[in-house]
Amino acid sequence: MIGKRFWSWTIFALAALYFLLPLVGMLEFSLRARRGAYSLDAYRNVLNDAQFHQTLGYSLILSMSTVVLGLLIVAPTAFWVQLKIPRIRPLVEFITLLPLVIPPIVIAFGYIRLYNTSSVLPLTGSARGTDLLLTAGYATLSLPYMYRAIDTGLRAIDIRTLTEAAQSLGAGWMTVLTRVVLPNISVAILSGSFLTFAIVIGEYVLAALLDRPAFGPYMVWMGSNRAYEPAALAVISFGLTWAAMAAIQFLARRGHHSVKV
Amino acid sequence: MPFIEMTALKKSFGSTQVVRDFELSLGKGEFVSLLGPSGCGKTTVLRMVAGFETPDVGDIRIEGESVLRHRASQRHIGMVFQSYALFPNLTVAENVAFGLKVARAAVAETRHRVDEMLEMVGLGAMRDRYPYQLSGGQQQRVALARAIAPRPRVLLLDEPLSALDAKIRAALRSEIRTIQRQLGITTLFVTHDQEEALSMSDRIVVMNGGKAEQIGPPEAIYNRPGTRFVAEFIGSLNVIEGQIVAGDSTHLVFSGGRLDLLPNFAGLAGQSVAVAIRPQSLRFCAEEQALMRGVVRNIEFLGAFSRVHVSCGSANLLVDGFARDLSTNVTVGSPIGLTVRSDEILHLFDNK
Repeated sequence: MIGKRFWSWTIFALAALYFLLPLVGMLEFSLRARRGAYSLDAYRNVLNDAQFHQTLGYSLILSMSTVVLGLLIVAPTAFWVQLKIPRIRPLVEFITLLPLVIPPIVIAFGYIRLYNTSSVLPLTGSARGTDLLLTAGYATLSLPYMYRAIDTGLRAIDIRTLTEAAQSLGAGWMTVLTRVVLPNISVAILSGSFLTFAIVIGEYVLAALLDRPAFGPYMVWMGSNRAYEPAALAVISFGLTWAAMAAIQFLARRGHHSVKV
Repeated sequence: MPFIEMTALKKSFGSTQVVRDFELSLGKGEFVSLLGPSGCGKTTVLRMVAGFETPDVGDIRIEGESVLRHRASQRHIGMVFQSYALFPNLTVAENVAFGLKVARAAVAETRHRVDEMLEMVGLGAMRDRYPYQLSGGQQQRVALARAIAPRPRVLLLDEPLSALDAKIRAALRSEIRTIQRQLGITTLFVTHDQEEALSMSDRIVVMNGGKAEQIGPPEAIYNRPGTRFVAEFIGSLNVIEGQIVAGDSTHLVFSGGRLDLLPNFAGLAGQSVAVAIRPQSLRFCAEEQALMRGVVRNIEFLGAFSRVHVSCGSANLLVDGFARDLSTNVTVGSPIGLTVRSDEILHLFDNK
């Protein structure tokens, strides 16, 4: 008995070390900007950098529009597939998995070819147009996570009967979607949104190739030009991600009853 | 004019015909049950009335007007589901108010109606609870209140009691019926439980293979089953198959003996027919003077009466009797004679 306990704790400790050591090393390194003493200089430099604020702000706005666009595409699709044409679910799942297989660089070049300045729809010709393309690209990249999260949420409740109940009470499709379906998969929507958020904040390829001032390229630029600041930046973005995950956990627990049927 | 009229309904899923040539009319305020085994098409009929399925052929009229071109949300039909289907994110009161809010009823009117409905189902104290905090019986009461709140023209009940345990089922059964009578709302009830159908309905439609086998009041369905299927499905009727022999009198001859029949069977002489006898119509008698002879296989004590299983030729018959009427020689393994009055033998038709 004791032996068994001992080994499970050992394995746990090893795994914890495996994950934590690099983080601790990075944290330690980020605090050594001043020679011979621990200091927050690197953090101060990062937080005082105007580019940090600009790029983070830009990426935040883009991530929010990505979440909205992704939801508009995925939520009605997943609902309709689940309700009316469940037999095409494998096909839809396959399509949503494609972004994991096709590298973002292909999407970027595809966009540039299709929407360049001499095309019918010259979206790359203006900053706003390129932002639009970038948002669409991000929505594509986050498709696997968004679809999976929402589909799982829909399967957790008896969506067909709830829909019929609402219809028999006089509700049209919009009412069904906004008053019955979405509120009952709110936790799934949140987790899909946070995953999307995390992807967009750190994404490099699309933003770099479309030449937009996003947070991903900024981190890379920082990494190749400074010593301590990139570590501080990494710690900050870890902090942001963990805050997002904690928020999911918190909301999931609070919204617990909405998943239970 | 009937309140609801279904004519020549047909519905197939793929190559399977689930409903065929289904005809039914309901009067205003009537409570009609669709009774049958699973897969008999009863739920499909209900869903066609609700608007969740479209018939391939036929028409459904409510108050003389065809509803087929209306969507489910436009038909003003309330529905209660087996799985309750309460909205998990809304409180009891919000659930009941849902239909009124969708119809944009005034706030005060909605509030009043919700209170009235919750009072009716005895859940006034639960108004701010969430569905997951209620028992199954309470959830189904809320579902009933929610369905009735927007004053629908018709109420559809899709096996609403099947998920509940026996005691609550019996209580809710009479509660539903009382409320239905009080409001005078025309109701179509789907069930596979003959006891529910018999105890609640004004009329019962026994369905088999997508068709109505027999339509009639509970007493008629129970006492005068028209077909073999109905006889076997309702209660525990004894079905005996044999040859009709007509002479001075008319008999049915089978492996366990013979039955004296009423003269109106004489025309069927030489044919093979099925008849039904209720367990309480069979009487024990002395073996030597009996037309039917058998052996007692088992005796079940059921409280008010005992049910005796008798093997009689190739037929296994059930005989019900009050415990005090069963003579002492009725014991397991003993040979026994059986008799029945000719006017208690029911002729069964095979409905093909």
